[in-house]
Amino acid sequence: MSIPLPVHVGRQGESCEGVAGMAETRPDKKLEPWRDRDAKPYIRIERVTKNFGDFTAVDDVSLDIYRGEIFCLLGASGCGKTTLLRMLAGFEEPTSGRISIDGADMAGIPPYRRPVNMMFQSYALFPHMTVEQNVAFGLKQDGLPKGEIRDRVAAMLELVKLTALGGRKPHQLSGGQRQRVALARSLVKQPKLLLLDEPLGALDRKLREHTQFELVNIQEKLGVTFVVVTHDQEEAMTLASRIGVMDHGEIIQVGTPSDIYEYPTSKFVADFVGSVNLFEGHLVEDEPDHVRVECPELGGCFYVDHGVSAPPEATVWVALRPEKVFISRESPGPGGDNQVSGVIKEIAYLGDLSVYLVQLPTGRMLRVTRPNVRRQDAAFDRLTWDENVWLSWEASSPVVVTQ
Amino acid sequence: MRPVVAGRWAVISLPYLWLLLFFLVPFVIVFKISLSDIRLGMPPYQPMLQWVEAQMVSIQINLGNYAFLFEDPLYRNAYLHSLSTAAVSTFLCLLIGYPMAYGIARTDKSWRNLLLMLVMLPFWTSFLLRVYAWIGILKNNGLINNLLMGMGLIDQPIVMLQTDFAVYIGIVYSYLPFMVLPLYATLEKQDITLLEAAADLGCHPVRAFLAITLPLSMPGVVAGSLLVFIPAVGEFVIPALLGGPDTLMIGKVLWNEFFQNRDWPVASAVAIAMLLLLVVPIMLFQLAQGRQAGGHP
Repeated sequence: MSIPLPVHVGRQGESCEGVAGMAETRPDKKLEPWRDRDAKPYIRIERVTKNFGDFTAVDDVSLDIYRGEIFCLLGASGCGKTTLLRMLAGFEEPTSGRISIDGADMAGIPPYRRPVNMMFQSYALFPHMTVEQNVAFGLKQDGLPKGEIRDRVAAMLELVKLTALGGRKPHQLSGGQRQRVALARSLVKQPKLLLLDEPLGALDRKLREHTQFELVNIQEKLGVTFVVVTHDQEEAMTLASRIGVMDHGEIIQVGTPSDIYEYPTSKFVADFVGSVNLFEGHLVEDEPDHVRVECPELGGCFYVDHGVSAPPEATVWVALRPEKVFISRESPGPGGDNQVSGVIKEIAYLGDLSVYLVQLPTGRMLRVTRPNVRRQDAAFDRLTWDENVWLSWEASSPVVVTQ
Repeated sequence: MRPVVAGRWAVISLPYLWLLLFFLVPFVIVFKISLSDIRLGMPPYQPMLQWVEAQMVSIQINLGNYAFLFEDPLYRNAYLHSLSTAAVSTFLCLLIGYPMAYGIARTDKSWRNLLLMLVMLPFWTSFLLRVYAWIGILKNNGLINNLLMGMGLIDQPIVMLQTDFAVYIGIVYSYLPFMVLPLYATLEKQDITLLEAAADLGCHPVRAFLAITLPLSMPGVVAGSLLVFIPAVGEFVIPALLGGPDTLMIGKVLWNEFFQNRDWPVASAVAIAMLLLLVVPIMLFQLAQGRQAGGHP
């Protein structure tokens, strides 16, 4: 079952250039097995519940994860995502429900007999062993010949660029180096499934970004299935082929990063992933190809170019992303839906973009972001505090959610 | 000197002053006596410095006491027997104490303090009383023998008191908490996720114990062993009360030399030799430990 290990994962420059391409959803059907009805899931989580005493950590979760995916479980701390991951690893047994990996039921199988490796949030490196011994540990348990262990450890250390530090102990390494040792240790056994618990949590921003792309690279080269737990939506967005948003032990929505961001199915997801303007309202026009939602707080109506399945006069919410709102001094047109005037109350200059908080005539604040396309020098006529502005958006921008 | 610095010096120097007065000075006196000659009278040794004439002082240094320790096999045997008794007792303490400490460290948090209390509870009774209690348990018509004979398992009492067996029981019983407590301290703070990581990498729990838990608890093993071994070597009360007349321990020899033979110089030499015998290997060991631990955060 020896899979030849690749020696190079890409030079550092390469991995950074691929930023845009990597985060995009690939339309190739082979890379989106969840759209294929006949595809057999690699991990099958069926109605799994886990109770700790009175507390329900994971509540009736069903989930299919396919071979070669990077699946991110995203949620706030305490939402049950880590418990779900630990059940996959075998550290916890489900109270009810069934987990199977590659067709085999995992019930009662201890962690040391599962075809799964895990990268721990704390890295859990063995402090009394060198980097090499840490990486070799898993192979030694399989009783492999010494020569093979040496070769595979060396190849793995080269993959994570730690060849020079093989003789060091964990306490002599930086945070980023430790993280790479942990990754090497969990990958060296060539698991079919790698579980990562907040893999980038302890790294600073620059290093995180770099490591994210490195992780994706390694995953693509080795063809391992990743299940990643994170509370960081940015991390989930960059890494994931699909994201499962969790809250209070339940999976709220599963989808590609762009599905989750552009088509949230609930207030919770819209609010949790990215920032959003949420308006409560009710349907005044309900057609298959469009709806109109009257929102008292907006002081007008949203015209949305997609249908909604909701009973008439039911309360719905409209989610509008701040970057999808145009802001300008001139009126966008002769009145109607999807436009509103307001006064700029707050401006936050973030360098690449600026955030405006605009107060509507109803008193409600609306958050708008605009990329700083032009340099804001003295000659630039920038929008400023207390200025009257018009806000408008396209009919495709708002999303109507019913819960 | 700023008040903070002065305060710090006071805090450090007070205990050192105490040690200087009540440890170093007596040690020097004992060392001085060990270099003198025995005589009849009070004190029972020759003074080291003697005025010969008005401006002449004679210094007498007698190394004969140390030479005597080498000549008489009594001392060598006593030393060796003390060391081996202490070593075996330490090993037994480790065998019993490690599972205890491990068990306490892995039980539910709410139980740990109670279990630790139970380990320390015997200290609330006098050490001497507890050793005497063992006499009552081990003697020929004591608790164990009466029980076994009452049940008809034996018809002759088993001789346990005044044997090496009784000495081992006494030492292991008395010093076990000193083994358990440092072991518990290291085992309790061990990161459980390390064992999860080991299991995740395909390591059976038993092997994980040998590969992870045991090596990482070595500082506790060393600390506990030293805490048991050092006092056990010089132990006097336990062999005197529980051991037989032929139980040769250096503490007992020292006592005899001092109070029965009234040979203060030889007794002092025995004490100094014992100190060197213990201190030198321990210092070397600590040096090695320090070097190994150096660089740890």
